[in-house]
Amino acid sequence: MAQHESSYKPGSRIEHWMDERLPVMRMMHGQFVDFPTPRNLNYLWTFGGILTFCLAVQIVTGIVLAMHYIPHESMAFDSVERIRRDVNYGWLIRNVHAVGASMFFFAVYIHMARGLYYGSYKAPREVLWILGVLLFLLMMATGFLGYTLPWGQMSFWGVTVITNLFSSLDAVIPGLGTKIVTWLWGGFSVSTVTLNRFFSLHYLLPFVIAGVVVLHIWALHVVGQNNPTGLDIKTKSDSVPMAPHAVMKDLFGLGVFVLLFSWFVFFAPDYLGHADNYVPANPLVTPPHIVPEWYFLPFYAILRAIPSKLGGVIAMFAAIVILVFVPWLDTSRVRSARYRPIFKWFLWFFFFSVLALGYLGGKPAEGVYVAWARFFTAYYFGFFLLIMPIVGVMETPTAMPRSIAESVLGGSGKPAGATSAPEKR
Amino acid sequence: MTTNTSRMKWVILVALSIATVPLLAHAAGEAVPIDRQKWSFAGFFGRFDQNQLQRGFQVYKDACAQCHGVSRLAFRNLAQKGGPVFNEDAVKGLAATYQVNDGPNDDGKMFKRPGRLSDRIPAPYANEQEARATHNGAYPPDLTLITKARGIEYHGSLFAHPFHIVKDMASGYQEAGADYLYALLTGYVAAPKDFKLADGMQYNKAFPGHQIAMPPPLIEGNIKFQDGTPATVDQMARDVTAFLHWAGDPKHDERKGMGLLVLLYLLITAVLLYFAKKRIWASAH
Repeated sequence: MAQHESSYKPGSRIEHWMDERLPVMRMMHGQFVDFPTPRNLNYLWTFGGILTFCLAVQIVTGIVLAMHYIPHESMAFDSVERIRRDVNYGWLIRNVHAVGASMFFFAVYIHMARGLYYGSYKAPREVLWILGVLLFLLMMATGFLGYTLPWGQMSFWGVTVITNLFSSLDAVIPGLGTKIVTWLWGGFSVSTVTLNRFFSLHYLLPFVIAGVVVLHIWALHVVGQNNPTGLDIKTKSDSVPMAPHAVMKDLFGLGVFVLLFSWFVFFAPDYLGHADNYVPANPLVTPPHIVPEWYFLPFYAILRAIPSKLGGVIAMFAAIVILVFVPWLDTSRVRSARYRPIFKWFLWFFFFSVLALGYLGGKPAEGVYVAWARFFTAYYFGFFLLIMPIVGVMETPTAMPRSIAESVLGGSGKPAGATSAPEKR
Repeated sequence: MTTNTSRMKWVILVALSIATVPLLAHAAGEAVPIDRQKWSFAGFFGRFDQNQLQRGFQVYKDACAQCHGVSRLAFRNLAQKGGPVFNEDAVKGLAATYQVNDGPNDDGKMFKRPGRLSDRIPAPYANEQEARATHNGAYPPDLTLITKARGIEYHGSLFAHPFHIVKDMASGYQEAGADYLYALLTGYVAAPKDFKLADGMQYNKAFPGHQIAMPPPLIEGNIKFQDGTPATVDQMARDVTAFLHWAGDPKHDERKGMGLLVLLYLLITAVLLYFAKKRIWASAH
């Protein structure tokens, strides 16, 4: 499906000349203009483009911020304030970058949920999915590193808590964890040295992300996009060319997304952050509740749900790594949860569990909050390790349309309730 | 699953996913419920009231400046658009009443000179140690970012919380710090009988833990506002809070003004994109 011939026709002499030497225009035309796109994609499929936009925004605003930022423990906080106050439109660039991180994660969570719901991880898209997990991991690292840079109280104590997680390895080999923590910090405490290396890595990783994004899109264009029915493109009537159809739809989706983005940038720039990060870092005063940014809260809740420190750290990382194995944990032959009457409800409850863990991660780790966090953590892992393999074998899928075209256009032998396609209006 | 229920589910999912974003800020100790106030700078069309900022600066200067700095503000900010917009010559005169460290001069000596518009407003103490030494160990923090650095906790029911968060995001609620500061400044009441106050501490109903080292800063009648507004504690608390909120966010008015145009522009763009999309897809169904 994806290995179609590019219909590129070089027009001018210079295009001919170039096409014989480096057919980059031919490649771009084939991949991004006449690339066949399933005709039944809904708006959840616009988030790939939205995420590319987010990455670009973060890199561009980040490069400008780096021109004014000073990674030093006694100057970092002040330099951010200078950006907010004295740099021309610094307040705007800084708000876009800070809100942009939240928007990036908001979009990636929708993107991942869409992949889970419609089975976009299943053969032949395993590598595509695993690259996506890798991107998520890189995003988390970059987001965490970036949050340390303003050097407010939450920045400082966030670094202290998260880097200290590695000291739990002392339980395995005494001294190993402490050694690693000292190595990460570049000294015996979180200091300018730590801040400097975090800044360096925060600047590096987005370009690594950009590289993996290229692989992610490459893998996508080899196997083609999944779609709400989970069916493959079989005939030409199942697809529309990417340009102008999918491109235009992506642009509209992006337009709505940027509206939401702008709302936060201009009218609630601090809502998604934490007030304590407007207090300069102070190693002598610990904030009463140390919480990460909202997009880490589900994993933070898992970390704290496990009574042992090492166990918590392992569970937190396992919660992300387990996603790599999803293509093989799911035993169903049917991709889309739309035709999986039992799995569908387990999956909705899984989504609810992640949201609930996010809520609990922002609460103090005490009393009933911990009990609920344990329950939802158990479901989180139970969903992947038990429900996915077992339900896939047990369940009988509902009737599916014969083709993508049929699911959009109706047609004969219309299976009950299986024909929804949001484009139909 | 019909189209309607599937769409409904997505609406619920998106709402819930936005809803899990936690409320900002947890204060130290057991935080108490704080009432929200009406502010001229709240919400979509919110702007600072220039007169209020001028009064607020007067309160700051008379009641707070002895102990608290606003050292991220420069004198020039006081004359800039979107702030109190004092007359520039008046601000120059004010700056000249401060002595600012400068140097070294050609002889290699540091020296003091009168302040200029471009100087940051000097803090009352050279450093934290000097401040603590003067205040019995307590540290009066710099106030430039004070309303941004404080928040209020949610005290309602767990099930209403997600909706509360969505409502705050949709209304652009950014005044939690201001609400807290106003509650603190007006929160000095007599301590309950069974409450044990430490030596030199004051009881404050808004302060987490209720024991605060700062004596009540606002006393009715201590200040005479130039515009004739009666200087009640309530009025002074509101005005100085507005001033400090501006000090933390001097680009506030510019930001919301630009935001209005940006949203309008994007809204029109999105509508145009929608119709373009509809037209292109018309043949595909």
